[in-house]
Amino acid sequence: MLFWIQAFVKIALIVGVLVNMAAILLWVERKQSAMMQDRVGPNRAAIAVFGKRFRLAGLVHSIADGIKMVWKEDWEPKTGDKLLYRLAPIVALVPPLCLFAVIPFGPTLYIDHAREMFSPAWATEATARTVPLQITNLDVGVLFIFAVAGAGIIGSALAGWASDNKFSLMGGLRAASQMVSYEVAMGLSLVGAFMIYQTVRLDEMVAWQQEHTWGIFVQPLGFVLFAVSAIAETKRVPFDVPEGESELVAGYFTEYAGLKFGMFASGELVEVCTSSAILVTIFLGGWHMPFFTDRGLEFIFRGASAVSPEVAAQFVASHTMTPGFDASQGVTTASLLQHCANAFASVNGSFVWHWPHWAVVVVGLGNFVLKAAFLIFMQLQIRWTLPRFRYDQIMKLGWQMLLPAALVNVLVTGTAILFFNGPSGG
Amino acid sequence: MTATTKIIRKPARTLADQSYLLEVVKGLGVTLKHFFKGTAQLVSGNRPDPVKEPYAEGVATIEYPDEKRPYARRWRGVHRLTHREDGSPRCVACLCCSTACPAQCIYIKPAEYPLDDARRGYERYPEEFVIDELRCIFCGFCVEACPCDAIRMDTGLHMTALDNRASFIFDKAMLMSFPSQDNTFLSENPRHEPGDESHPGIDRVRGGH
Ligand code: SF4
Ligand code: SF4
Repeated sequence: MLFWIQAFVKIALIVGVLVNMAAILLWVERKQSAMMQDRVGPNRAAIAVFGKRFRLAGLVHSIADGIKMVWKEDWEPKTGDKLLYRLAPIVALVPPLCLFAVIPFGPTLYIDHAREMFSPAWATEATARTVPLQITNLDVGVLFIFAVAGAGIIGSALAGWASDNKFSLMGGLRAASQMVSYEVAMGLSLVGAFMIYQTVRLDEMVAWQQEHTWGIFVQPLGFVLFAVSAIAETKRVPFDVPEGESELVAGYFTEYAGLKFGMFASGELVEVCTSSAILVTIFLGGWHMPFFTDRGLEFIFRGASAVSPEVAAQFVASHTMTPGFDASQGVTTASLLQHCANAFASVNGSFVWHWPHWAVVVVGLGNFVLKAAFLIFMQLQIRWTLPRFRYDQIMKLGWQMLLPAALVNVLVTGTAILFFNGPSGG
Repeated sequence: MTATTKIIRKPARTLADQSYLLEVVKGLGVTLKHFFKGTAQLVSGNRPDPVKEPYAEGVATIEYPDEKRPYARRWRGVHRLTHREDGSPRCVACLCCSTACPAQCIYIKPAEYPLDDARRGYERYPEEFVIDELRCIFCGFCVEACPCDAIRMDTGLHMTALDNRASFIFDKAMLMSFPSQDNTFLSENPRHEPGDESHPGIDRVRGGH
């Protein structure tokens, strides 16, 4: 029972957050581009409450846009294929939403032990009630992501075909060829990461990164390649030739109006979110951050004062904060500060601050959200910085630069693994 | 005299340019700089004045209906009909403006003053004076043509966006209701009424009629 409730709540939460993120990103995008271009950006729309007008720095424009899309005339081309025409926006929006199903966005929550400090023994308890912060933990992990992301092509290709408009058709063709090309580079750019992590399961990748180091440090080239192909997959500037309004009016969604157009637009923004989340999970340590363990923050500077690992372990054992940090007893800031001060003063070169399990989970979740938000910000920044590539440049970049670079990455990674670990591999 | 030539070569594309990645990072640097500058200015509400500091860095737009730039004094806005001291229009219905108007958007219906009026026989007055502001191209020829400084475009008003054509047709009362940018209905040029000593034309007394 708990399983189903959990699954339902998590799905509702993720879909709700993602769809609303599309509206928020619309605002972020407008405001951010305005700031970059020395403009003020949207700020006129307002909500009047008891005669007071709230402008919310332009956020209201997104709401106004939503209302506009719902009430716009739902015009359809007369000669197109009606069924496919109506199917296309759904097929375009659903895959990016589905992608989130396998992304772990926080550590596993052990409900029964929420107030205690983490112990690895919980994982082996037969009766433990757990809430993994991940909708489903598929063994195929990343392969699922490739498969579903690949399905996104169908939406734009269908839209281009079913609109019965030459501009749409060309846009659909361009979208399909671009996405197929970059899918290849995208898949190969992750092979190096698979070789190092020895898994395609995303939760295990995060665990590896928590244990060793972030993926971006062992796979810098892989990170860049994957980021570039992920941006290309979203079909946004600089890779937006499928839309190419200077040549193709609006590309494959030329003939779409109202909410159907809105689905394409929000699908694009949801894709920005998901690709950021995937990048965070595979290359930026997921919900992990430096010095952050299952129990809280642990800085141990061993070299500096020659503290042996045993001493450090002892220190960790003696400075846990469980007695003072019980949420039911109430924690004052003063007591927290006192603890910190003690922790700093008593030992040279180490600082340990342990939290109860629930706090660790919340901080982990926050880590993930912050990192994803940063990547989304960077993606928008790139989108408003670079000019659009020409179509042949896109193809050249995909097939002649990214693909060979990804292959070289695989080669170098393999050689390095052989060199460090011997012929037995991992 | 020997001519000195300086050959400026097209800068060669370096490997860094060619790889593009470095250039992307540089571009991001530029846009991020603008982003943070603009955000800081908007949050602190401390923006450079786009009129007084046109070259200052940062947000360069003004929020128009709330903030307005001062217009140049010669800027041509919506027309107004200037008043005489007694509040009647200065216009003498000579039709110079409607003749000069390239858009043919001025309609004037002239009328004679009553018999006992000192102005009768010297000038007429406009019974109707209508400008179709939608057809007007704001060329200012009417202002140039007017011998009496009766029509001016110094109101500093934009033509507002109205929602039907009829409301763009401004009649005499409407045109006389706009003050100038200096908030006066008069004009700067003195007016000499017929019969006054200062009247430059031939009048009945001096003309010996
Ligand atoms: S500004 Fe030009 S177009 Fe407009 S009324 Fe005067 S003469 Fe005509
Ligand atoms: S506005 Fe001036 S030019 Fe036009 S009719 Fe009147 S006096 Fe003549």
